[in-house]
Amino acid sequence: MTEHREQTVVADAIDRLIDSYPPATTEAKVFWGAQFDAGLAWVDFPEGHGGLGVSPKHREMVQRHLVEADAPTWNRTANVLGIGMGAGVLAAHGTDEQRMRWLRPMFTMDDIWCQLFSEPGAGSDVAGLSTRAERDGDEWIVNGQKVWTTLAHLAKWGLLVTRTDPDQPKHKGMTYFVVDMEAEGVEILPLYQITGEAEFNEVFFSDTRIPDDQRIDDVGAGWRVAMTTLMNERVAIGGNPVPRNHGAIGVAMDTWASSGTGDQATRRELVRLWGEVEAMRLTTLRASENMKAGVPGPEGSTGKLAWADLNKEVTSFTVSMLGLEGATIPEGYALEATTYDTREIERVMSPQRHFLRSRANSIEGGTSEIMRNILGERVLGLPGEPRVDKDLPWKEVPRG
Amino acid sequence: MDSSPSFTRTEEQIMLARTVRELLETHSDPDDIREMSLTLDAFDRDTWRNLAEMGVIGLHVPEVYGGAGYGFVEMAVVFEELGRRVTPVPLVSSFVASTAILAAATEEQRSSLLPSVASGDVVATLAVFEDAHGQPGDSMTTTATRRDGGWVLTGSKRFVTDAPVADLFIVAANVDGGVGLFAVSVDNEGVSVEPVPSLDGTRPLGTVTLSAAPLGTDAYLGGQPSPNAIREALDAGVVALAQEQVGGAQRCLEMSVEYAQSRYQFGRAIGSFQAIKHMCANMLVAVEHAKSVAWHAARSLDDPEEALIAVPLAKSVCSDAYLLVAGDAIQIHGGIGFTWEHDAHLYFKRAKSTSLLFGSLGAYRDRLGDALGA
Repeated sequence: MTEHREQTVVADAIDRLIDSYPPATTEAKVFWGAQFDAGLAWVDFPEGHGGLGVSPKHREMVQRHLVEADAPTWNRTANVLGIGMGAGVLAAHGTDEQRMRWLRPMFTMDDIWCQLFSEPGAGSDVAGLSTRAERDGDEWIVNGQKVWTTLAHLAKWGLLVTRTDPDQPKHKGMTYFVVDMEAEGVEILPLYQITGEAEFNEVFFSDTRIPDDQRIDDVGAGWRVAMTTLMNERVAIGGNPVPRNHGAIGVAMDTWASSGTGDQATRRELVRLWGEVEAMRLTTLRASENMKAGVPGPEGSTGKLAWADLNKEVTSFTVSMLGLEGATIPEGYALEATTYDTREIERVMSPQRHFLRSRANSIEGGTSEIMRNILGERVLGLPGEPRVDKDLPWKEVPRG
Repeated sequence: MDSSPSFTRTEEQIMLARTVRELLETHSDPDDIREMSLTLDAFDRDTWRNLAEMGVIGLHVPEVYGGAGYGFVEMAVVFEELGRRVTPVPLVSSFVASTAILAAATEEQRSSLLPSVASGDVVATLAVFEDAHGQPGDSMTTTATRRDGGWVLTGSKRFVTDAPVADLFIVAANVDGGVGLFAVSVDNEGVSVEPVPSLDGTRPLGTVTLSAAPLGTDAYLGGQPSPNAIREALDAGVVALAQEQVGGAQRCLEMSVEYAQSRYQFGRAIGSFQAIKHMCANMLVAVEHAKSVAWHAARSLDDPEEALIAVPLAKSVCSDAYLLVAGDAIQIHGGIGFTWEHDAHLYFKRAKSTSLLFGSLGAYRDRLGDALGA
């Protein structure tokens, strides 16, 4: 199909969907089901699997039209690990049966998904993971522990990477599965964090059985599949243009306005920070324009690192502007699972809580140290660190 | 606001950048630049003539006044390349002065002054500052008085960019209860120029003293006070410097990466050490952010409302970015980066100097705060 032809096909499908299922009077789940069946869930996926088999660049048009029509689109944030990452994995590495089984209920939010990669002993070096899966006929038996698992307590399915051959070097002996989070031998415990709440979980596997038809791609191909997942994660985290004064810097500006101190040095520092945040925002806009024009450059890779550093700095500064009020925390501390969903977090958090939460920004989704390595090596072309573990069998790699 | 012109450069702008870069790389030798930076009147006249032949000097000046009639973004492309090479040519000064003339002068004055500025035959510069901390207009002492149907100017202007090589000064003076601009030739009676050693030897500075300098009636631009023209011209200067800062910072990053790839210690390229690699990654973030705001400022100069934010934003972000990157470039180069024979100091000096010219960082942050209603 020509690009123009593709555009017409997608536009027609959007019009038909909105005509047949008016967002104002259609229940969200029904709408999402119809959206999936119309091929508008992920337009680039094959027909019958939630797509129309067109170029992925039409995704943006679908999203834009649906937002304009006031259609429900928050399934993408509430089930981000499924729709944002799992779907891409199934599209690239799944079988037709697997796609038929999982994609539609994922999109309609009947099934929530989570991702089981990090372990207590495998953080930045996720390829060093040690959760074992051993074959037993048509099944696999899994033992081990995962950590930092968002949404595990609500999830039906998990994207799981395991070690299946400890005699191979670390990148080679891994296998990827979809695990039923309600299966026997899966224990999910909340992981309380700096704010007292638990956004994440620890997940323990004790002789958990996974049918072989839930294996994704070949035995030993786990790292390749994990890479697809992580690439989709980076697309999901970076690169969403936001309006001016969005997020923490908006809170900082409001805090200044209501503090009424008028202190000159504080104002200049606030304005300096505003400028840095605005520069980051404009860089995101520039990156998306250059991407659309087919001339992507390094500006597309700096967002995650810049955001982590700035968000920490801005939230800390905001708490300072509160004066002695900054030495309090309005919500207090209580060990409890997160009660609000991700769409609400920024609106309901106090600056103090936001300040504490922001410490994770430079750790989650790739630490800032790893991001700097990536910028240095992949964008600037600097040589890598010497690797001592690359060709060693996994079981001989020192751990601790 | 965030719309046209877009962030993505046009084919024509890419060609313009390439042409200017090739010209500078073939004609402006770093050894010569360092040599010139030892003098008080650094000016690469050959490169200036080449730029003039390309029509670059009057790129933004309307065609009726002998220019090429392009927008600020085309000018921005040129300034970025000049910042990358730090070639001593008075283009920022000329750009600022011609912006002041366009903003303040009558039709006749524009027609008489601009063609020779646009062609590069006359080097013009804006002379508005009198002390190290004052803004133009605050407690200014230079005064114009009427005499014999003309004017007499008395006072002293300091930190005038490219003053030692300029032919024409656009001077701010108290007049008619406000601040007006006067076009004063260097050859005018009562005008003397004293070069001042410049931290950035590639951009000369000087003091212009007016000792009862007699001027004709037509020297008074627009025949009335024009504080907005001064603001507009300084804003144009800040935006021009922001592009220079981007070009210089980009070059510093490239030099640092090249050096980190080729310099070996402890049996490894030093760029394989995270201490160096991470410094380079931070420099990259700073450079990319600076590029975005500098370009945004250039495309916003025609939009008065957005310029209120975009101009001081560019000053704030690009100045800090260049200072960081030029400083880190010296650090990554180690001992060699501290020597006169290496280029790093040219950029480091340019970084500090550009952060101070046309008004302090603090003053611009105050303006940004005002624009944001903070």
